Amino acid sequence: MATAALELPKKTAAASPRNIRRDPPLVRWGLTLLALLALGLFIVLPLVAVFVQAFAKGLPVYLAAIREPDTLSAIWLSLVAAGVSVPLNLVFGVAAAWAVAKFQFKGKNVLVTLIDIPFAVSPVVSGLIFVLIFGAQGWFGSWLSDHDIRIVFAVPGIILATTFVTFPFVARELIPLMQSQGSDEEEAALTLGASGWQMFFKITLPNIRWGLLYGVVLCTARALGEFGAVSVVSGHIRGQTNTLPLHVEILYNEYNYAGAFAVASLLSVVAVVTLTLKKFLEWKTKEGAK
Amino acid sequence: MSISFKKPSILPGFWPAFSYTILYLSLIVLIPLSAIFLKSLTSSWSHLWQVVTSPEVVASYRLSFGASFVAGLVSVVVGFLVAWVLVRYQFPGKALADALVDLPFALPTAVAGIALTSLYTDNGWLGRYLVPLGIKVAFTPLGVMVALTFIGLPFVVRSVQPVLADADAELEEAAASLGASRWQVFRLVIFPIVRPALLTGFALAFARALGEYGSVIFIAGNMPMKTEITPLLIVTKLEQYDYAGATAIAAVMLTASFLLLLAINTIERRTRRFMVTG
Repeated sequence: MATAALELPKKTAAASPRNIRRDPPLVRWGLTLLALLALGLFIVLPLVAVFVQAFAKGLPVYLAAIREPDTLSAIWLSLVAAGVSVPLNLVFGVAAAWAVAKFQFKGKNVLVTLIDIPFAVSPVVSGLIFVLIFGAQGWFGSWLSDHDIRIVFAVPGIILATTFVTFPFVARELIPLMQSQGSDEEEAALTLGASGWQMFFKITLPNIRWGLLYGVVLCTARALGEFGAVSVVSGHIRGQTNTLPLHVEILYNEYNYAGAFAVASLLSVVAVVTLTLKKFLEWKTKEGAK
Repeated sequence: MSISFKKPSILPGFWPAFSYTILYLSLIVLIPLSAIFLKSLTSSWSHLWQVVTSPEVVASYRLSFGASFVAGLVSVVVGFLVAWVLVRYQFPGKALADALVDLPFALPTAVAGIALTSLYTDNGWLGRYLVPLGIKVAFTPLGVMVALTFIGLPFVVRSVQPVLADADAELEEAAASLGASRWQVFRLVIFPIVRPALLTGFALAFARALGEYGSVIFIAGNMPMKTEITPLLIVTKLEQYDYAGATAIAAVMLTASFLLLLAINTIERRTRRFMVTG
């Protein structure tokens, strides 16, 4: 280290301290072009391909693919799965963030790590666990079949798997946000005589609303788009247990590319809307922090 | 117990919120997840060992771990470049480029899978130029790596970006005033600052890639022993009603994921300590 430092000034021309962060134009533009090329190749091109292929056979074919009854039932099932799992995870996220961010207790780090688990588990494994519990050979398999209740290869299984996969989203957004906000305002409200719920609805909720919405947006996008976990528990029954991503797979495997990409384009629109909302909400949270 | 377990606070609602958190966490995540390990215990060890070391499964580990590792490395290089450009330079369309980085997070994996496949098949937009050059991407291990890089890239960018943005300009100015060249400032000042973030980004991308299913199965072609990823084998076993086999492979994957989760948490904790003391 010492010898290297001694040799530095002789060997190379030193950069000027004042504009050390201003790289030469050639480097600047070269790197920018390279980065944009990489983004274009890896990220933009696949997105463009979805829309081009969706409309490759013209608008009538596109609309026909979307209006097909199987597609409509897939849209409906995806909305149902998201409609149940997102509110469940929303309530959990607020409760978990309240406990973790506003109080000091033992084992807090362990709890936060446990909440993250569904992100670390392969989607396929997430589906498998519900097959193991509720499937024909599973823990409750014989009891369920005796009572004629279907969970796996039916809608409840899809909802469960979706809930598992999207479990951490809201909690993960809220915990750091509420930790950084502290609890001074809540304490002041209590001192002035507010009840617990008054404090929550008049102080806490307005403070976290943009972060909360952000978590809900991410959670909804994932719930609508989840493939691996839902694929394992669904049983692929056309018109009954097919969500939108599963329907894309079926159409694709039937070589109905125009149809597959038409349905995929709906999900891509959801993704683009998600990104736009994300940018907007990030800007709102930043503004709120000022 | 409550006295030593929790610090007193005037805020209400700890016990309801805490109990509900634990209850919901147990019902949705912990109890279902324990099913994998309990189910593995019910079959004989020799059978389990036979399943997880069969040639087809071992070939899938090689592909899954190998491709995830390479994709993680590519993501680190490309992700660092993208993060650097987004933090350091001004250019038209920067906000759009920044928003697009998150597309792989938002785009459903099945959609990404069919889109990437269509690009790289023989007559796809990219495949028609690559295939004549002898570069086959679709239905080869290379295709698996391309899909996993798509998935991994945002993890690296989003890990590095805030660290790079927070880096103190004074450090670089000091180095330059002591006679360092631009390259030396980068290598000796900037790189050590972002190294932990690069490592976190790599670990996150690697962990996600290991379990990835939707974006890979279309482009992989799923040829036995050649382009079958481990999650696919779990699905195949399930379709053959081989629950014990599927569970055994899942247990191996879960163990790998938990070790990675632990590693990521350790890196992050160390980074925080480094930030505080350094």
